[in-house]
Amino acid sequence: MFILDLSSRGVKILANFQSQFMTLTLGGLSLGFIYVLIALGYTMVYGVLRMINFANSEIFMFGTFAAIIVIRDIFNFTQQSEPATGFRLVFILICALLGSMFLSGIISILLELVAYRRLRNRGANKLAPLISAIGMSIVFAEFVRIITDSRYVGSPRVMEKSSLATFFGADIRLDNTIVVVAGFILYIILQQFVQRTRLGKAIRAVSMNEEAAKLMGVNLNAVISGTFLIGGLMTGAAGFFYILKYENTVFSIGFELGLAAFTAAILGGIGNIKGAFYGGVTLGLLETYASFFLGTQWKAVTVFLVLVIVLYFRPNGVFGEAITQTRA
Amino acid sequence: MFNLRDWGADLWDRSNRLTRILIAVLSVALAASLPLLGGTFLNTPVAEYESVLVFPIAIFVIMALGLNIVIGKSGLLDLGYVAFFAIGAYTMGFLGTKTGLNSWEILPIGIAMAMFAGLILGVPALRLRGDYLAIITLGFGEIVRITALNLNVIGGPNGIVGIPTPPTIFGLEYTFDNHRLYYWTFLIIILITIWMIRRLSVRRGGRAWESIRQDEDAAELMGVPTFRYKIWAFVLGASVGGAAGVLYASKTLFISPDNFTLQVSILILACVIFGGMGNIWGVILGAVVLGYLPDRIRFLSDARLLVFGLVLVLMMNLRPDGVLPRKKREKALPTKDSNE
Repeated sequence: MFILDLSSRGVKILANFQSQFMTLTLGGLSLGFIYVLIALGYTMVYGVLRMINFANSEIFMFGTFAAIIVIRDIFNFTQQSEPATGFRLVFILICALLGSMFLSGIISILLELVAYRRLRNRGANKLAPLISAIGMSIVFAEFVRIITDSRYVGSPRVMEKSSLATFFGADIRLDNTIVVVAGFILYIILQQFVQRTRLGKAIRAVSMNEEAAKLMGVNLNAVISGTFLIGGLMTGAAGFFYILKYENTVFSIGFELGLAAFTAAILGGIGNIKGAFYGGVTLGLLETYASFFLGTQWKAVTVFLVLVIVLYFRPNGVFGEAITQTRA
Repeated sequence: MFNLRDWGADLWDRSNRLTRILIAVLSVALAASLPLLGGTFLNTPVAEYESVLVFPIAIFVIMALGLNIVIGKSGLLDLGYVAFFAIGAYTMGFLGTKTGLNSWEILPIGIAMAMFAGLILGVPALRLRGDYLAIITLGFGEIVRITALNLNVIGGPNGIVGIPTPPTIFGLEYTFDNHRLYYWTFLIIILITIWMIRRLSVRRGGRAWESIRQDEDAAELMGVPTFRYKIWAFVLGASVGGAAGVLYASKTLFISPDNFTLQVSILILACVIFGGMGNIWGVILGAVVLGYLPDRIRFLSDARLLVFGLVLVLMMNLRPDGVLPRKKREKALPTKDSNE
């Protein structure tokens, strides 16, 4: 009887899943692109320094707040105001995106100066910069917590979240579409930047061999600052997209999303730009499906278990590290 | 600058057996008499001095010593150490309320559970390099907390109430406000832990950890089975964390998932690094200072953690190796003319 009951429940959930499948997939995809951009922040810094940037999650947090500040305080949106349309909307969205990227980029450079540079130049042990980065991440999060009084900060709605079309019974919502399309464009831009520009070339050189790059006349400090800037810009953009999709933020948002995004980066293979992309998308989908089947409270557990299993079979992530210098 | 660490090591090296025993007995006696020495001026705004000695200080010292095996001795960055603490505490809470077992019987079970968890986590995680390990352990710490939060068998968000106190031994009765007795019990555990770590440090395991910490590739090439010793370090660290958890639960008599947040992991990590990674005395100093300070500076109330983060950044920039760093490598070499 019990088994019958369980199986009928299972069938019900499955049928439900089938009807919801496209909606879940589209939502998961846009969440995935937010992860992609944060994961790019982790992966850029890791590729160059071989070090996790623990404060990247707080850089994301600053990005979300910057987007709200631009929308609410510069364009004077309130909860009651009419959603913008047409060119005005595009203009506002671009301004908010640039605002998020700008603030996050600045904070990211600042972070490198305070937490990494001095220790690197002193040749301190490898744990020291990690701890100072954790220290900075506590400082950032606490600073914002005190300012916002630990409250959630909501963003006024800038646009109607109208459905553009339906696709197998699922609404293709405007906000999700923007996140996916813009996120993909940013990813392509970053990839081309690293492949084609002078700074991109220098970043790749440093990530392959720091010493050799230095001998070839690469200005190490400038390149590392540049890497932090680029990583910060990507993470900041993720902050804006998060606000567009979820419309609120809190001081600890970085911790929640940062852990997931880092998981995504590892899943794909950290230090590898392509890895961040596939890892992020996979994780976004996986998380959304897992929340559907097991409930949101087990979301983090599922993600973590997947990570452990993947790492057990492929210690360098699915796509491996960009550099083949790995340990068994 | 006056180097306390080297002065202490020198004193110890120069002393003969009798003096060493004397020093050891004196320091133990001093530590044991701490609850009797302090005055009311040491009370913190939230608790009186004697209870602060038990928690957070004594518990922090035990945990920091355990984490020191993992981070300080073998250089593995564990950011989810609170998981083992939580597992120990929940073992105590669950078995203590559901079965008739008492604290001393649960202690080995809690330690075994924590070691088992360490093994389960360590086998996949320790195949990875340091930074991956950091994030996996961090995730693990969160997972344990989330699981505790969502499992109703162990109280869910309400936690476990009414955990029994340890039974009376030698006519000494453990009551909730008998802080001295708890302190002395914990002190014995601390001494056992210190003894264990000191014995291990000079043996094969300790030397293997040291080599792994300094250069894992070189150690591997020299024939050190690095993976096995890393697992050992991890599991031993976990066992100490589990013991701390059992003791904590049988002292506070109430646990909930809120006691086991990431902040605890970070705080213990800070104790280890603030005091001086790898050096037992530095770690103890770090735990005492960081266990006592946050309550003491409660007048900063809201900015407490902010200040804490700043201190972490400043400390790392000024003294990357901690207040009492481990003995310098040169000290072990016969020539002394290569000072800096």
